[in-house]
Amino acid sequence: MLAWTIYISALGALASRLSPSKALARVVALLTALIGLGIGIATLLHWTPGELLTIANHPWIPQLGLSYHLAADGISLTLVLLTGIAATAGILFSWNIEKRTQEFFAFYLVLIAGVYGVFLSFDLFLLFVFYEIAIIPKYFLIAIWGSAKRGATGADAGSQREYAAMKLALYSFAGSALVLAGMAAAWAASGGHSMSFEVLAHYPFSAHFQLWVFPMVFVGFAVLAGMWPFHTWAPTGHAAAPTAASMLLAGVVMKLGAYGCLRVAMMLFPRGLDPWGFHVLGFGSWRDVFAVLAVIGIVYGATVALVQRDFKFVIGYSSVSHMGFVLLGLMTLTQIGLDGAVLQMFSHGVIAGLLFAVVGRMVYDRTHTRELGELGPMRLAHAIPFAAVTFILAGMASIGLPGFSGFVAEFQVLMGTWRALPGLIAFAGIGIVVGIAFTWRALTKAFFGEGTPAAHEHALPPITIPEKLGSLLLLSATLIVGLYPSILTNLILPALNSPLFEGLSTGAWR
Amino acid sequence: MITLLTLLPLVGGLLVLLLGHERALARLIAMLFGVGALVIACFFWIGYEPAYPGMQFEVIHQWAPSLGMTYHVGVDGLGVLMLVLSALVVTMSLAASWGNEKHGRLYFALVLFLECGLFGTFTALNFVHWFIYWELSLIPAFFLVRLWGGPQRARAATQFFLYTMVGSVALLLAFLALFLGTGQFDFVQLAQLGQTNQLTAALAQNLHWTGNPQTLMLLIFWGAFLGFAVKTAVIPFHTWLPLAYSEASSETTMLLTGAMSKMGVYGFLRILLPIFPQQMQQELKPLLWMAVATIVLPAFAAWAQKDLKRTFAYSSINHLGYCVLGICVAARFTGADPGMAHEKAAALTGVLLQMFSHGLTASALFWFIALLERRSGGVRGIDDFGGLRRVVPVFSGLMGIAIFASLGLPGLNGFPGEFLIFKGAFPLVPWATAVSVLGLLMTAVFLLTVIQKVFSGPVNPRWAAMPDLTVRERLVLLPVIGVMFLIGLYPQIITGMVHVTVAQWVAGVRF
Repeated sequence: MLAWTIYISALGALASRLSPSKALARVVALLTALIGLGIGIATLLHWTPGELLTIANHPWIPQLGLSYHLAADGISLTLVLLTGIAATAGILFSWNIEKRTQEFFAFYLVLIAGVYGVFLSFDLFLLFVFYEIAIIPKYFLIAIWGSAKRGATGADAGSQREYAAMKLALYSFAGSALVLAGMAAAWAASGGHSMSFEVLAHYPFSAHFQLWVFPMVFVGFAVLAGMWPFHTWAPTGHAAAPTAASMLLAGVVMKLGAYGCLRVAMMLFPRGLDPWGFHVLGFGSWRDVFAVLAVIGIVYGATVALVQRDFKFVIGYSSVSHMGFVLLGLMTLTQIGLDGAVLQMFSHGVIAGLLFAVVGRMVYDRTHTRELGELGPMRLAHAIPFAAVTFILAGMASIGLPGFSGFVAEFQVLMGTWRALPGLIAFAGIGIVVGIAFTWRALTKAFFGEGTPAAHEHALPPITIPEKLGSLLLLSATLIVGLYPSILTNLILPALNSPLFEGLSTGAWR
Repeated sequence: MITLLTLLPLVGGLLVLLLGHERALARLIAMLFGVGALVIACFFWIGYEPAYPGMQFEVIHQWAPSLGMTYHVGVDGLGVLMLVLSALVVTMSLAASWGNEKHGRLYFALVLFLECGLFGTFTALNFVHWFIYWELSLIPAFFLVRLWGGPQRARAATQFFLYTMVGSVALLLAFLALFLGTGQFDFVQLAQLGQTNQLTAALAQNLHWTGNPQTLMLLIFWGAFLGFAVKTAVIPFHTWLPLAYSEASSETTMLLTGAMSKMGVYGFLRILLPIFPQQMQQELKPLLWMAVATIVLPAFAAWAQKDLKRTFAYSSINHLGYCVLGICVAARFTGADPGMAHEKAAALTGVLLQMFSHGLTASALFWFIALLERRSGGVRGIDDFGGLRRVVPVFSGLMGIAIFASLGLPGLNGFPGEFLIFKGAFPLVPWATAVSVLGLLMTAVFLLTVIQKVFSGPVNPRWAAMPDLTVRERLVLLPVIGVMFLIGLYPQIITGMVHVTVAQWVAGVRF
């Protein structure tokens, strides 16, 4: 049944493209996303912990050993649920799109289909195909429907959007090239019989082979996860994208990268994390290198967000910082750290979606500015209190206050860090503190600014019902996971203990 | 039961938000819930069995076992005392806001949310569960300062928030390490490990720590210490406090000083002393220096202030300094000497008395300042008044009582606590106690200066027409003054409740 998330989204894309009216396209898109979410929840309800659910397994190009193999474990299901939530919320927040509406939702749903495909693929080649499918619509969503900085109009705005879209596409393709090369190497090294994870995860690649393929594939995917210093596409891309696309970019697409890091690089080439046997500048393994890059990303992203003047860039850099926690969790190589990393993928997807919804849809679409300095005098807390309250709650979730999903995720990542990389714990702590500072700075500047209210304070249109529903959906997701984390950890932990990840848990670092 | 008490203000706050479109209704609902919570807290006080050691009214439920999360609430003598104090302070603050037209629906709702956070903090016994309340109580406090304060409120609120958050992150990291080492987040269990000397070994083993395990424990101790030191405003981590207290509206400051500052001292007593007794003992010197500085320096600083609110803000730091001193001296290693154990018990009992008494006195003082500000149109410089004794005799008399209580006059609530702390601390650490007496002296100097400049001297013609307290104001203030006398004259009402709890702490730090 889970495979239908992909097919329904693809069919929904076609249906919205062909639908005669804009209203119908919206409804079709919303229904499609809701069905995807419903399928995810239904699967969750019937889930046996530790299960590896094979959904489809058909030979595709038997000569090359490629098959159409879809399967889901707890990690996939967690991210499928996230995709369902983010997709539904994104459609609710793009209800007001009037420009080429049918095409917008068509591209949007193609992207969703690709994302579902990546999370459900159990064949490396298939995963790569879906991964590429997801890149194309991202480009068009930003280039056609994106937003530009204030003051930029006409051709100027267009070039800003195209710059961001092109940057995103080029970074993605560069990452893909690395992944493709690594994939081909793995295929050749394993004899070219199969690309199924089941085969590859147990194939005894030589340690030497893994040591050079692992970083290639890891970096290839980590580009999309916003790993410093390959993160620069993220803030510009997020800022230029239309609201729904920013929500998906930060919420789900960055997770594609992180998921690839875990599912492909770490699961297939676990020996790549082993010590090199010598030290360069204090680094003794790829794990040291990527852990340090992750921490730099956490601190750097937060620090840069602290000085942004553009509201959307603040959130864009915050994503870099929060994704740093995912990568740090992965590099702890402890069960609790990995669990935290996957939980953080979910949590950040929901919270970043909410933040972008407030900034892009609720605030920007009404005020037509993203400059914090210009937003302050509008006294938005009085003009659109719903947006202010939503942002306060989202901000609380984002800085990792207990009770929200961000807390249980960061909490486990930090615990893993204490256990495995105690030298980095203080830097992660600094990153959290700076994260609190930039979130609160943006919050107070944007919503509680000083000064005389501008004339159009009362002219701001009220918050619409789809916006309220979308906020409610995302807020309840972060609260449910925050207060009852077992709902997801019961999925993730058994999956991490499955034989697929055996290579990781028997590594030299234990 | 405790769960219901904690949820009560939350429900009240939501009701205020939903129904309180008119201010009169909002404050009425808020007051009903505030008084209701106070009544229930008093029932806990009555139902608490002082002779029974350990936690009472305990509730334990599974939550997220893989993360060490348990729903565990319960109170001992400290907890029940803090419940009553926070309910009392919140009710006083609501009463003070009754006539402040600026405080509307949102304000009352936030006060009740804060009360929920306070109740939760003082009853939760599992770190994660406790941390939820510890952190979330900051959010209403931030907005109370941010939205209703004076001209510099933006800076004050942000500073307050960020400082406390830095402390909280350090605290969180420390507890994550404790959990990794022991698999426990439960305060009671961790205290047992700490007091039986198993913590260090467990941590060194489970954390893959290659260095000296003692260093690791000290690191963790200082991390946890930072969280509480910022909240209590131990020097040098106090710099957020004067601005926050003086910029917040006085009714909010009542909450900050009366109840929220106790969260820090509570952490010292619930976490640092029971879980890290050895680390406190190892680091006794710097701790004592900080305690002494927290007592002496703010007393001088208070003397130099020109703003009544800043004066009492520094005075608040100084008063909590006595608590820190009492707790630190109790950590001194004294072997099995029963005489010293007796002194430790005296000091710790004094700390509990002082916590309650300072909460009561400080919030009463800021209440008087709120009343004064309302009459003077916001003027509150020490030199702006003069001769108020003759203009508003009842106000001056009652506020004078509160000031004398703060000064530690025998017969009023401030005395027994400070007396017991000094009585216990002197035999344990003579030098620190002797230096701290200087703070006691300066407190008297600046408080008498306030009385002299504000209440005595020639009448400032500007305030010649200032109205005295109304009958209603007198009626609500009288019970507060009554409690001050009650505790001053009959401190057994508190000491009788806490002596078993104190005896347990003393037994715990004996090693």
